Amino acid sequence: MDKPSPYFSNLKCRECGKLYPKEAIHVCDFDFGPLEAAYDYSAIGKVLTRALIESRPHTMWRYRELLPIDGEPTVGTQVGFTPLVKADRLARALGVRELYVKNDTVNYPTLSFKDRVVSVALSRARELGFAVVACASTGNLANSVAANAASAGLKSYVLIPADLEQGKVLGSLVYGTHVVGIHGAYDQVNRLCSEIAGKYGWGFVNVNLRPYYAEGSKTMGFEIMEQLGWRIPRHTVVPMASGSLLTKIHKAYGEFTKLGLVDAAAFSVHGAQATGCAPISHAMKKGTDIVKPVPKPETIVKSLAIGTPADGYYAIHAMRETGGCAEDVTDDEVVEGIRLLAECEGIFAETAGGVTTACAKRLIETGRIPRDESIVICVTGHGLKTQEAIMGKCGEPRVIKPSLREFEEQIYQPDQQAHSAHA
Amino acid sequence: MPSVLIPTPLQKLTNHIDAVSVAGGTIGEVIDHLEKAYPGLKDRLCDEAGNVRRFVNIYVNGEDIRFLEEKATPVKESDEISIVPAIAGG
Repeated sequence: MDKPSPYFSNLKCRECGKLYPKEAIHVCDFDFGPLEAAYDYSAIGKVLTRALIESRPHTMWRYRELLPIDGEPTVGTQVGFTPLVKADRLARALGVRELYVKNDTVNYPTLSFKDRVVSVALSRARELGFAVVACASTGNLANSVAANAASAGLKSYVLIPADLEQGKVLGSLVYGTHVVGIHGAYDQVNRLCSEIAGKYGWGFVNVNLRPYYAEGSKTMGFEIMEQLGWRIPRHTVVPMASGSLLTKIHKAYGEFTKLGLVDAAAFSVHGAQATGCAPISHAMKKGTDIVKPVPKPETIVKSLAIGTPADGYYAIHAMRETGGCAEDVTDDEVVEGIRLLAECEGIFAETAGGVTTACAKRLIETGRIPRDESIVICVTGHGLKTQEAIMGKCGEPRVIKPSLREFEEQIYQPDQQAHSAHA
Repeated sequence: MPSVLIPTPLQKLTNHIDAVSVAGGTIGEVIDHLEKAYPGLKDRLCDEAGNVRRFVNIYVNGEDIRFLEEKATPVKESDEISIVPAIAGG
């Protein structure tokens, strides 16, 4: 057993504040409120400086004092520090001055931001002595648990809705994990997992290991600030499924401010959903924090199709507190968003990235994000995983014989050769 | 009687039993009977106004009672009732 971390002190109920030991538990015994990692910030403030962080390897573990494990990370030690791309061509297309894409499509090893959360969850799972790890997933989390468990030598089970995209199913099977498809929507998978976790003592990354798992998302926010030159962007647009990522980016900005690693500054976090499953966005637009569940999500954006979002309530409060907005877009807009991002920046995002891009566009066009302020959009997974969503919607290759004449007759267009990038 | 699956965080109140059978024709009645058998349980499930707490999900045969009739949702002898804390996503 590792010596307890001097920085990560307890788990704490977000509702009533009751403290719990750092075990594999996730809800408060008294009010079922979610448990969250609590830290000794004055101890962290004494050691964690910009210079110390900058001296460390380019991975998410450069912020390790703010992550909830006791010893050294043992799983996913190469994860994170993905590019923050200055997206000038997309900025021009959207008519804004300063725009960046936080590009987690190239996160290591499974091309989504989930590698961040799994790295923390499985490192902690090992500290707590679990031999079997598992998750309920809409696909990306399953891929990441399968890959990271394989490399760590842990046995894994991933439970997914049976109708997921092929790329996401294959992207779990290949690692030799046990893939269990459930007839039902994600929320039903989740319910089953919660029942299994209690019964067999497995380490479910998003059930009994959730307090550890969720904290991994903060590293996306830490990296954004560091990569911007140690400052908080004025606007951050974040996709919402359960709402957890948005609340953790909000928390990350607050922690760096509290520790003096960035100057206090006004910032807004905005949430993005697909209209076919937009319980958080709908509640936010109605001005309530009561999130009405969506019984049957209907959208091509399966990675965000969570009808009962566990962190919806907190996501709404984070948006409200920071003057942020929620928006949701149709499946057609999602496809347009994927293409816009790809054609402007060379980044191929999965459907959730299309949601974020399309929602950012709407927020800009409607004046809710001013055109002259800094904006970061969070793109959380790679497009090769959700090819079905855009198949046939990006044109077809033109096929010719291996003949110069056919090439010149059918393909080559002299008047277009000088033309530069399209506007 | 309908059977109720008790989640891990509540099993301290049920002597570590993970499934119990209780009488009741609606979810509200089932909760009241649970409270009689295991005092303190209702407080965990419902707030001061008697509404099911924000982070508690109750299902009848897999269907969320918020899509049915909330606490007035009828239950039959053969029904399976699950009590599940909200879970993060995926």
